[in-house]
Amino acid sequence: MDADRAARSRAVEALAGLPCEPGVPKPDPILIADNVVRRFGGLTAVDVKHVEVQRGSITALIGPNGAGKTTFFNLLTGFDAPDEGSWTFNGRSLSGVAAHKVARAGMVRTFQLTKALSKLKVIDNMRLGATGQRGETFWRALLPGTWKQQEAEVTARAEDLLTRFKLIAKKDDFAGSLSGGQRKLLEMARALMVQPEMVMLDEPMAGVNPALTQSLLGHVKQLREDGMTVLFVEHDMDMVHDISDWIIVMGQGGVIAEGTPDKVMADPRVIDAYLGAHHDGAVKTVGGEEVDAGDLEESGGVTLIGAVDELSQDDVPSPPVSGDDDFRKEPA
Amino acid sequence: MLTAFLACLMLSFGLGATSAWAEGEALQGTLTNNGAPVAGVKIKASTQDGAPAGEDTSDEQGKWSIPVTGPGTYKVELDIASLPAGVGVTNNRPTLTPTVAEGQARNVLFPLGSAGGTTGDGQPGTKDSGGPSSFDRFADLLYSGIHFSLIIALAALGISLIFGTTGLTNFAHGEMVTLGGLLTFLFNVTIGMPLVLAGVISVVIGAALGYFQDRAFWGWLRKRRTNLVTTMIISIGLSLLVRYVYLYFFGGESRNYADYNAQAGVQYGPFLIAPKNLICDVIALVALAGVSFALVGTRLGKATRAVADNPALAAASGINVDRIIRLVWTIGGALAALSGVILGTFQGVGFGMGFQILLLIFAAVTLGGFGTAWGALLGSLVIGLFIQISTLWIPTELKSVGALAVLIVILLFRPQGILGRRARIG
Amino acid sequence: MNWSSIFSVSLEAIIGSTTIAYALAAIGLNVHFGYTGLLNFGQSAFLGVGAYGIAITVATFSQSLWLGVAIGLAAAVILALLLGIPTLRLRADYLAIVTIAAAEIIRLFYRATDLRKWTGASDGLQSFSQDFYDLNPFAGSKGIDLGLITFTDRELWILVVGWTLVLLSCLVVYLLMSSPWGRVLKAIREDEDAVRSLGKNVFSYKMQSLVLGGVIGALGGFVFALDRAAVQPDTYGTEFTFFAYTIVILGGAARVFGPVVGSMIFWVLLVFIDSTLSEASNNKVFPEWFMTTSQAGSVRYILVGLGLILLLIYRPQGIFGDKREVMLDGR
Ligand SMILES: Nc1ncnc2c1ncn2[C@@H]1O[C@H](COP(=O)(O)OP(=O)(O)OP(=O)(O)O)[C@@H](O)[C@H]1O
Ligand SMILES: [Mg+2]
Repeated sequence: MDADRAARSRAVEALAGLPCEPGVPKPDPILIADNVVRRFGGLTAVDVKHVEVQRGSITALIGPNGAGKTTFFNLLTGFDAPDEGSWTFNGRSLSGVAAHKVARAGMVRTFQLTKALSKLKVIDNMRLGATGQRGETFWRALLPGTWKQQEAEVTARAEDLLTRFKLIAKKDDFAGSLSGGQRKLLEMARALMVQPEMVMLDEPMAGVNPALTQSLLGHVKQLREDGMTVLFVEHDMDMVHDISDWIIVMGQGGVIAEGTPDKVMADPRVIDAYLGAHHDGAVKTVGGEEVDAGDLEESGGVTLIGAVDELSQDDVPSPPVSGDDDFRKEPA
Repeated sequence: MLTAFLACLMLSFGLGATSAWAEGEALQGTLTNNGAPVAGVKIKASTQDGAPAGEDTSDEQGKWSIPVTGPGTYKVELDIASLPAGVGVTNNRPTLTPTVAEGQARNVLFPLGSAGGTTGDGQPGTKDSGGPSSFDRFADLLYSGIHFSLIIALAALGISLIFGTTGLTNFAHGEMVTLGGLLTFLFNVTIGMPLVLAGVISVVIGAALGYFQDRAFWGWLRKRRTNLVTTMIISIGLSLLVRYVYLYFFGGESRNYADYNAQAGVQYGPFLIAPKNLICDVIALVALAGVSFALVGTRLGKATRAVADNPALAAASGINVDRIIRLVWTIGGALAALSGVILGTFQGVGFGMGFQILLLIFAAVTLGGFGTAWGALLGSLVIGLFIQISTLWIPTELKSVGALAVLIVILLFRPQGILGRRARIG
Repeated sequence: MNWSSIFSVSLEAIIGSTTIAYALAAIGLNVHFGYTGLLNFGQSAFLGVGAYGIAITVATFSQSLWLGVAIGLAAAVILALLLGIPTLRLRADYLAIVTIAAAEIIRLFYRATDLRKWTGASDGLQSFSQDFYDLNPFAGSKGIDLGLITFTDRELWILVVGWTLVLLSCLVVYLLMSSPWGRVLKAIREDEDAVRSLGKNVFSYKMQSLVLGGVIGALGGFVFALDRAAVQPDTYGTEFTFFAYTIVILGGAARVFGPVVGSMIFWVLLVFIDSTLSEASNNKVFPEWFMTTSQAGSVRYILVGLGLILLLIYRPQGIFGDKREVMLDGR
């Protein structure tokens, strides 16, 4: 039992004495980001001056809806390009590196809106995660002999993980037939197939029922014990408090506070910026799994709300709003 | 239901139309230069063994017709010397060998254009006096570029609005354009109404058809939650279906409206423009400006933008999304029909006229960035001007190539189009 | 009405050379669209470069057929690369528009009078298939005569070569799609961002898919050109691609033999309807105002359009497909 908690105590110890202020240096950072800025038209979605993530810890990234957490994830993992800024992972600069190379470098992410590959079986979803597969090159794919054995190994590992995540019974079902919570589990398990050094989970618990949440929490803690670093976004403060070693708070694109869970939760700035209005716990798990309120606003909230507002006050001339001429629809 | 409706409409006018043309085997054609008829050009036909089969001179409307004795292959020669100064056959093929089928009045096409730019030596305007100067030619192309832009823009705005509110890339939009031209032809030529009235009625029918299309078909597909890729391929099927229904009833030839065919150009500053084209431009501009301002200034326009931004939230805030989408289809249908009416006065009416410009419309919309209204207008201007002005340097028959190539190159650097936003991830 | 000739041409269409050419086009398209989810609307261009690759090499430059085949295949690869580099990063519908545009550009070039020297412009090229038929082991034999169905020695040769190509292509597709490589392709069809997040180079896989499907398409172009012993630019227009889509969907997208079966059914039906109508209008079965011979020609397109719509609405998985595996049904 004690050995099971070793990583936790190590992380807690390493972070214990640090001052609780934005951008504080960590003793053994795995990820360091500097001056990362991303603007959408007039809106600065992310403007992070300096942030470090301690190796082997569980770090929570919290902040109100639209604070820029997902955008920050997108930038770090190469899914979006920043306007400025640089960051290193394991001492290697990853700015401007393509998303798939980021994953291969050992930093794997999941998505806020789960991306289960619905028309693939659960087991194929898992197998896909394995890296360095010989059968994934064109010419060797034509010769089953060259990859059959590796495939068997990959399958064994996949089944292992599925057993751990209690999905083994669903192994041969299409991923599309899974429930929302099961998809979250599958996505996490699939990310682990990559054997990353660091996992970045975007709201892994959203839409997952309380019973399952406990087991998910267990999995996340286990990742730390397995030597991985975890950075995750979550709105449920109890849960964040429960499992994280360190909390980074984002607000309006920037890091507004950092610290150990106890200190951050007591920080008046955080309560103001984040917990203030909803202190009674209303923030827990905003919205459902597929469409949450945050996402509704995100797709160009400014224009939309502007337009909707204008409808109710007929003769007031409309103020010029950004993206006024925009008819684009988000591809779902 | 759409097909049936069209079928009834066109049954009558297919008949009316063919009877206006020669009976028995014949070679015929219409000579036009930039939309204006070219009269007094000598055309000679001979059989394959070289025996003369007849000759004709093009009339005031540019028409010529040579009755021949029976089906077979004929040699048709256009006497270049009889062309007006500065006009040439743009593909450098004044002699053609068409085959006439039994009972067919075979159309023979000699594409005419300013003689300078098409010799392939890339040296426009190196002509002796008498021909148009290179400046005149440029002015000519500049104007026809703008004119063409407006035609494209009318259709592009509709596609863009429909895409914005429903996510559908509608490949059957070209057929809505064609419909405008065909209906006008029906009312104007077959029934004999004045062109203006015929055009107005066509636009009204186009709007109604847009409305019913969504009500009966696209809206139904949306309710069934048919995915967008599927719906897009369905629109391709629809385009194929409707286009060949047109062909079935209208036939393969390109024909002209009864009015304003032989309108002479009037000099406006450096531009020589047929007044009908100018009037069309004004109408198109008014329509485009009207729709644009409605989008910005009216309640419905704002609701439309709200739907485009986020249908779920718009619905949640009490906007009737289906009604807005239906409105958008109605406007799209009307604009497309108007585009077809104008295109018909410019280059004649044919069953494939809309499909032929569909790619250019898409190019315009894509260039500007899908779903952005101003983008569609800007893209149309770029495409229209590019197409016309590029003929200073490249052969006319390749002018669309240039425009489509520009599209590909721009997407290489700006995958979201000139004014488009990037999609969001995660 | 000559029913026996109608039936015999329809039956011949089960294995005829047009069926083969379209089957190959559709197998390639199935790799693009069915497995990878790439909306390639320029498949006709791949057949076109294959066909013109042979025709120009042999007819214009009097080189050997084999060089023509090599050039045709190389041209398909190059076309895939040229098409892929700007478009594979684009959203699905942009890809559709750009590929259709590219196919039209290529067709316009074949037509261009300035290039008549090489391409024959709108008349196309002929007399390049001699080398191919010189190899015919059945030459001089009576061919096949099964009463209703007859194939000359010449046809027999193209059928043997064509079906060999079809089966080989199916084998390759089968092997690939049951391998991890195929798994990546299918995953890209579902959600390419997810695949990217797992460390796969999505762009490279899409490119490989585009090249593979394009090369298979070019094989179809060879069959088409050699069978007709002529190439003409307008054969390779957008309708060609739309037919191929209908075939893929008819047979069931993402099925190995789907395109083959689809092509057979498609052409049997089409040839049957086509020849019945043209017989009927030649024999004045229909009154003149109802349908003339030239009108009968447009009916096939009307039916294909209608068929495509109905299939997609009521049976998006095609005749043999499994609804759960096809990308076309509800979201
Ligand atoms: N592609 C985009 N185009 C325009 N604006 C965007 C885009 N993506 C994000 N934004 C804006 O950037 C801001 C930050 O969004 P982000 O998704 O990062 O928030 P978040 O912190 O993840 O919120 P939540 O907790 O609701 O998930 C929002 O205001 C959003 O509207
Ligand atoms: Mg988020």
